[in-house]
Amino acid sequence: MITVNNRDQLEWSPNMTVRDVLNHMGHTYSLITVTVNDKLVEDEDYDSFIVPDHALVSVFHLAHGG
Amino acid sequence: MSEMFSRNVPDSFDVLKEITIGIAGCGGIGSNVATSLARCGVGSLIIADMDQVEITNLNRQYYFQDDIGKTKVDALRTHLLNINPDLKIITHFGKVTRRNYLDLFKNVDILIEAFDLADEKKWLIEGWMKNQPTIPIIGGSGLSGLGRTQMLKVQKSGQLTLCGDQESDMSEGLIAPRVIMVANMMANEAITQILKDQKS
Repeated sequence: MITVNNRDQLEWSPNMTVRDVLNHMGHTYSLITVTVNDKLVEDEDYDSFIVPDHALVSVFHLAHGG
Repeated sequence: MSEMFSRNVPDSFDVLKEITIGIAGCGGIGSNVATSLARCGVGSLIIADMDQVEITNLNRQYYFQDDIGKTKVDALRTHLLNINPDLKIITHFGKVTRRNYLDLFKNVDILIEAFDLADEKKWLIEGWMKNQPTIPIIGGSGLSGLGRTQMLKVQKSGQLTLCGDQESDMSEGLIAPRVIMVANMMANEAITQILKDQKS
């Protein structure tokens, strides 16, 4: 089981990538920052970074305005 | 202790006066975060922005009619010193870029991301996390429009803290209440993190 944004629980599966997590959670935002267990995962690694079981995944959506 | 800070949170003055905080962008977020940090007693600020004050900024940014035409960093410096004359301020008038941000903010204890555009927020936040993995960064995302106060949140992971609703977009318009609320959420997080670190 992994936890997304300290709230949502997602069944873990072997070789689950960050991209799989985002797809499962239905994230459609184009500009996001993702961490797994408090470490940054860069865009180019979303398809290859394997999320370990019991991981804490955080997805931050970046919106215009400041 | 300075009389100015005699009503501060107990035991905060001696810690905060030794702290340096960098602020990338001096618009709605940056100018209001800087003002709150100055009032809290933070000792040093590094402020960076490439713009001059325009009349359209005055609905939410910490500037006044007679600032129009001045660089934001110079106008803000004047206001901050009016709050606390002992505050040390380094200004950078110019764009914060992928090339210069690490040098501009190399000695900060916390970095505040206060850019307008989401893609700029992304490169600064992620660049900072890659290159300065032990220094906290606090960003703002989703502070546009009105209402929805209950949607404003603080999300944290490791060194990153993001304040705002993470949804509203500046196409909804930017107006003082929500912009300043989020800016002060960010200032509150910065001060809290510093004081917690000191106790641990």
